[in-house]
Amino acid sequence: MNNNREFLLRRLHSLLGVIPIGLFLTQHLIVNHFATQGVEAFNQAAHFMANLPFVIFLEIFVIYLPLMYHAFYGLYIAFTAKNNPGHYSYMRNMLFVAQRYTGVFLVVFIAWHVFETRFQVAIGAGEADFNMMENILSNPLMFAFYVVGVLSATFHFANGLWSFFVTWGITVSEKAQRYSTYFTLLVFIVLSIIGIRALFAFV
Amino acid sequence: MGEAAKTVIFEIERQNSTDESSYWEKFELPYRANMNVISALMEIRRNPVNMDGKKTTPVNWDMNCLEEVCGACSMVINGKARQSCTALVDQLEQPIRLQPMRTFPVVRDLIVDRSRMFDSLKKVKAWVPIDGTHDLGEGPRMPERKRQWAYELSKCMTCGVCLEACPNVNDKSDFIGAAPLSQVRLMNAHPTGAMNRDERLNAIMGEGGLADCGNSQNCVESCPKGIPLTTSIAALNRDVSIQMFRNFFGSDHMVD
Repeated sequence: MNNNREFLLRRLHSLLGVIPIGLFLTQHLIVNHFATQGVEAFNQAAHFMANLPFVIFLEIFVIYLPLMYHAFYGLYIAFTAKNNPGHYSYMRNMLFVAQRYTGVFLVVFIAWHVFETRFQVAIGAGEADFNMMENILSNPLMFAFYVVGVLSATFHFANGLWSFFVTWGITVSEKAQRYSTYFTLLVFIVLSIIGIRALFAFV
Repeated sequence: MGEAAKTVIFEIERQNSTDESSYWEKFELPYRANMNVISALMEIRRNPVNMDGKKTTPVNWDMNCLEEVCGACSMVINGKARQSCTALVDQLEQPIRLQPMRTFPVVRDLIVDRSRMFDSLKKVKAWVPIDGTHDLGEGPRMPERKRQWAYELSKCMTCGVCLEACPNVNDKSDFIGAAPLSQVRLMNAHPTGAMNRDERLNAIMGEGGLADCGNSQNCVESCPKGIPLTTSIAALNRDVSIQMFRNFFGSDHMVD
């Protein structure tokens, strides 16, 4: 019999990257954007999200488990590639390499981000509000770290969305894949603007 | 004395056998008009003296058709995998660096063993089974326009350039690479071959199959025959998505 375990794991990795992780990322950045409307607006939005019914289950099944699977299996994928952007410097190959670098960086960034915000709240060492982010981002190094983190995330999602369309056989023709590149570029730009605007609202 | 004759400099990564480590050797040879990498290698074979003036062993390489249809003379030339028969010296930056395609086991110097590609073709059943105990008669007809399209896919010469260019084909992964995958699309497009399409689709859903593609698209950029490899891969992705649901939710027949 055929062993298609690897096939299913790869397909699951692709699916989870978009649903739910990509959707969650979009939602997260949009909620953050409330910071541009002032302290009150952000706190209200953060409070609403933190007090959703069954929030811990939502977090576990929509965020933690899919994200951890995507992260750890992604590390395996990233480290089984032998990047060759030097001699084969085509656009898609550059994006292939960037997808792997941003992915590895995001594992570090998200681990730190969850520890610094969600974990601190869980152990009662703080509250996820405007103040917390203002404190974190007042450090210029941390601010830079978050800017790179947000851009890595939006790039990784947008480019991952492009490969998602190929992996599931949605964009087959060269033309479809080209238009998909334009579309995902737009996703990257829009999400980046939303994310970066929110970061600047805290400083 | 007149001015120095024009020469061509080659740097070749050599290796005596599969298990030995490689070394670089430089050669300087007289320039001739319209020379290609193969004719340069022939010149080195005729007079195997390296740039230090020392006599050395002739450089080994593989070749056959000399018109870019057999794929035997593939090697890495100035960093990119391609056929040496169509690599014209006039179009190459000097020194010209020749290396074996290390994705494959090196037999000697520039000769590699591409057996894994032929094993992959067997694994994915890249053939149309027609043998039986009696004459099965004529198969279904293929529309002419479809035949013309399929002919492009059939140009694959198993040269290995797409595997060499692929970042996901390496010693850490089992990925079979673009060439055998595209052959699955070709065989599945054949009206008689389509009678076994589920077997091929299930084969490429196995270990080292289609899912290992990371969409770097180096294959389609590198393919000397211009085969739309990434379109093949995406089309197979679609076929396999459907086959996956078919396998799971169960249909009582696997072929239309």
